[in-house]
Amino acid sequence: MKKNGKVTNIFLSGVGGQGAILASNILGEAFLNAGYDVKKAEVHGMAQRGGDVTTHFRCGKKVYSPLIKQGDVEFLISFELLEAIRYINWVKPEGKIIINNQTVFPPAVNLGLMEYPKGVDVTFKKYFKDNVHIIDGQDIARNLGNLQAANVVIVGAFSSFFPELKEELFVEAIKTLLAPKLHDLNIRAFYEGKKAMEHNV
Amino acid sequence: MKKQIMQGNAAIARAASDAGVSVAAAYPGTPSSEILRDIANTYPEVYAEWAPNEKVALEVVSGASFAGARALACMKHVGLNVAADPLMTLAYTGVKGGLVILVADDPYSHSSQNEQDSRNWTRFGKVPMLEPGDSQECYDFMREAFDLSERFDTPVLVRSETRVSHSDTVVELGEPLEQTKPVGLDKKEWQKYVMVPMNVRAARIRVEERIRKLETYADEFKCNEMEIKDTKIGFIASGVTYNCTKDIFPEWSSLKLGMVWPLPKKMIAEFFNKVEKVVIVEELDPFFETEIRAMGYKPFHGKDVIPTMYELTPDIIEKSLKGSEYKAPEIRVKPEDLPRRPPNLCVGCSHRPLFYALNKLGAFVFGDIGCYTLAAAPPLSAIHTTVCMGAGVAQAHGAMKALGKEALGKVCSVLGDSTFLHNGLTPLMDIVYNKGNATTIVVDNRITGMTGHQEHPGTGFTIRGEPTNMVDYEEIGRALGVKSIRKVDPYKINETMEALQEEMDKDEPSLVLCVDSPCMLLRREKRQFEHSLYTIDADKCRGCKVCLNISCPAISWRENAGETIDGHKRKGIVYINPDQCVGCQVCQQLCKFEAINPVTQ
Repeated sequence: MKKNGKVTNIFLSGVGGQGAILASNILGEAFLNAGYDVKKAEVHGMAQRGGDVTTHFRCGKKVYSPLIKQGDVEFLISFELLEAIRYINWVKPEGKIIINNQTVFPPAVNLGLMEYPKGVDVTFKKYFKDNVHIIDGQDIARNLGNLQAANVVIVGAFSSFFPELKEELFVEAIKTLLAPKLHDLNIRAFYEGKKAMEHNV
Repeated sequence: MKKQIMQGNAAIARAASDAGVSVAAAYPGTPSSEILRDIANTYPEVYAEWAPNEKVALEVVSGASFAGARALACMKHVGLNVAADPLMTLAYTGVKGGLVILVADDPYSHSSQNEQDSRNWTRFGKVPMLEPGDSQECYDFMREAFDLSERFDTPVLVRSETRVSHSDTVVELGEPLEQTKPVGLDKKEWQKYVMVPMNVRAARIRVEERIRKLETYADEFKCNEMEIKDTKIGFIASGVTYNCTKDIFPEWSSLKLGMVWPLPKKMIAEFFNKVEKVVIVEELDPFFETEIRAMGYKPFHGKDVIPTMYELTPDIIEKSLKGSEYKAPEIRVKPEDLPRRPPNLCVGCSHRPLFYALNKLGAFVFGDIGCYTLAAAPPLSAIHTTVCMGAGVAQAHGAMKALGKEALGKVCSVLGDSTFLHNGLTPLMDIVYNKGNATTIVVDNRITGMTGHQEHPGTGFTIRGEPTNMVDYEEIGRALGVKSIRKVDPYKINETMEALQEEMDKDEPSLVLCVDSPCMLLRREKRQFEHSLYTIDADKCRGCKVCLNISCPAISWRENAGETIDGHKRKGIVYINPDQCVGCQVCQQLCKFEAINPVTQ
């Protein structure tokens, strides 16, 4: 986290049902308990109907706007490839990117009217080089026995960017936000995500 | 108190509880819907109800206020249009227990049929309005609103908006107040509450005096904050727009208007006195600007550069105010070249076969507000108007009166169960009374769907999930005088098409009720489908794409030239995603080649 009091801008994007909102809630709890002011804004009115979901997440000493300016995103976390490329213009040239390697076809692709974008990873790497991390969240979650945990795998991967934030803050956030029977799975998902990032770098 | 992250709506609900509210009522509407849900689920001491519409909600809570209880009504911006009738006169009667009306705007129409700026109600209605900019202010301003209401004997409007209601920010709670026993009704106060002309004229004087008192109070009201930094330039703003502007120009002086109206005249004078150039930054209408110009001040910038529509995102504020100095971010990929991801009807939704049937019949469909509005988009393309709650019923009638007999068989209206009860009964009564012949189709999915599953008088459950009395749609139709009432099962496409055509052909009012078609996301009530999964027979699929016309999220097109087992050439084949298919059997009914079959094991 920045020492100069500046605000950190994190943008999350995904498809309804992928758990993007839970992921941003975990970040919120973790950063709040680390002593930061937090604001997050999301549009989720129609998320249950398969629409896209985006969250603006900002934290720092004092945060005013809940919204990030296009071009000011320092961390892009995307749970789906198309929903990652859709926001590529939002990221700062030196921004860091984590993408869950999943494809969910939108209606126009299902109907055969448009093509799903090819080479999303290549496009990102062209602009952001080594700052792009593609994580197989689905595979990792499947190995843990529950696909639903892919979102927390990605949170684990993301946590590597903030070594000064203790792991316990995230673990506590998971415990606060999820039902007890889901704690073990999601805590393991968090650590697996973190591990995947270490291999990825 | 410990700091916590709360959604704006959750902070509003908490503030109501902590302010000692006894009665809260609402009709759901994005982005306001979570407030009453939170009150019902979290604060058992507050009586909470879903009212059939916003007018009723406001009337219920004003009755509680007249009895001396603190009371809250919540609604989205267009809901206040419905509740405007009681609001405009409650401004005259005043209150006994604190009465607050929370209205949530939706700039950019994320989930609304218009983008109206609710600030205009405050001057028009002669009631004060507060506007919080984050969850902390939602909590604090709501607490203030109840105090103001009682202190000045007035209903108080609190304006939220999507970026406030649906943002999560840090909140430090205050000390909760105990709910007090209402002082009760008093017949001797009839002159305050009976708005007959004689009493209205006396109330008018009170209203004008109240506004003057509020104007004076605005200058000392703690939610209005002036901060003098750079004396060369400063801005006036409210709510989330204040926060976005402050972020971009932290060095500027600022005047934050926590009270939208009446305006703090002395503070504004002082601000113009201390700051050389004053910029007014406000979303939607030039509400402050018009008022401030009328006071004789000349802002440096306002709506000459700031747009009068859509959200004022930080990007737009910066671009508007920096002009040629604004540096646009690099465009790496054109977002317009990417496939969009619009919301779609759920897999198995009963609206899909109904609107497919209406499309095939070629009917002109007067639509309404609800999930079914999604059927306006291709390929279903079977909703042709959407204006406001219940409008479609009367519009179909009006159109048929205009067109005469030639419209018979070609026009109908469609609305949901919750929408029908909100404002669909009176227009249906109108059709019967005025000898109309329009067909009204009620798609009863047993819940208020689009806003996230709120109970209503037709579901049999209260907001707290207790079993209760339930509307019988057939009985209502009969009581209104509809002779032709017909139940259809929308999942049976051919039967539905026949029934709909017959009803539309009739030269009398018809009421069609879609039955056994609960919302697919509803847990307590499920449609039982014969099979749980269908699959494509690759030997038979000719790639004719007919099944794609229902826009089912489980069905996709796979381009791959080949041929069927009996030698028909095809360009590709259709695929049914087994993880998504629920077996609704709609696609199977469309396939002429028996290529869609149930998976039976």
